[in-house]
Amino acid sequence: MSVILVALGAALGAPLRYLVDRAVQARHGSAFPWGTFTVNVVGSFILGVLIGGAAVGAVPGSLVALLGVGLCGALTTYSTFGYETVRLFEAGRRFHALFNAGASVVAALGAAFVGVALAEALWS
Amino acid sequence: MRPERPPIDPDVDLGDPRQRAELRGGTVSLLGAIAVGGMLGAVVRHGLAVAFPHPPRGFPWATFTVNVSGCLLIGVLMVLITEAWTAPRLVRPFLGVGVLGGYTTFSTYAIEVQQAVAAGAARTALLYLAGTLVAALASVRVGVTLTRLATGVARQRSYG
Repeated sequence: MSVILVALGAALGAPLRYLVDRAVQARHGSAFPWGTFTVNVVGSFILGVLIGGAAVGAVPGSLVALLGVGLCGALTTYSTFGYETVRLFEAGRRFHALFNAGASVVAALGAAFVGVALAEALWS
Repeated sequence: MRPERPPIDPDVDLGDPRQRAELRGGTVSLLGAIAVGGMLGAVVRHGLAVAFPHPPRGFPWATFTVNVSGCLLIGVLMVLITEAWTAPRLVRPFLGVGVLGGYTTFSTYAIEVQQAVAAGAARTALLYLAGTLVAALASVRVGVTLTRLATGVARQRSYG
């Protein structure tokens, strides 16, 4: 059953990543991949809230499958992030490459921790 | 026409006139290809996570494998469709944005680090955090390099 919810969530999450990426790029003309950075941080925060909520029994498992594993899983991406980092490095933008790797990991991790803490504060 | 040099962002690069225009005329087929690809990728990722669960203090091998293999494949795919060949319109949206984007995940990676820390396994968390990053970036590089060698594009082009 959960596989259907995961698929449905992903059917929304993947196109959403594409559209958010376009919208962010249209506003930032820079070579730095802010679009991918944005979806990865936002998705990590939302998954944090869902997992934190599930841990205290406030979010049902079906919602975690739909919005967490499916939507957030497909909204966020490691392949795009990895390719961008390698391409930045290859194109001679070594600072951008290192900053992308460091900032994406730190910000997404921070967002996940804040999401879980927020959910625990809200629902416990 | 191929762009002069490979893009930085493989999902969409508004610096490429073709990609800038791709949402006009065929929005449904474009977003549909991404959605279907995303479903396939996410279902495979979910299947692996269910088949190979990890204990709360254990190393999240399923997501590690997914992210590292997805990075290898995006390297192969992007060289094939932006450097070696000119791909039909929906190939990048379906395989790159959809399948590989839906297959790999940053949010599960982040939350698994958080969960390992919360379970008191700080060393595993750090190892997973750094190990995924290093292995994933190396995989992209290996995928890109081997595919350039195999298709013979390595000598003809510069990648700046």
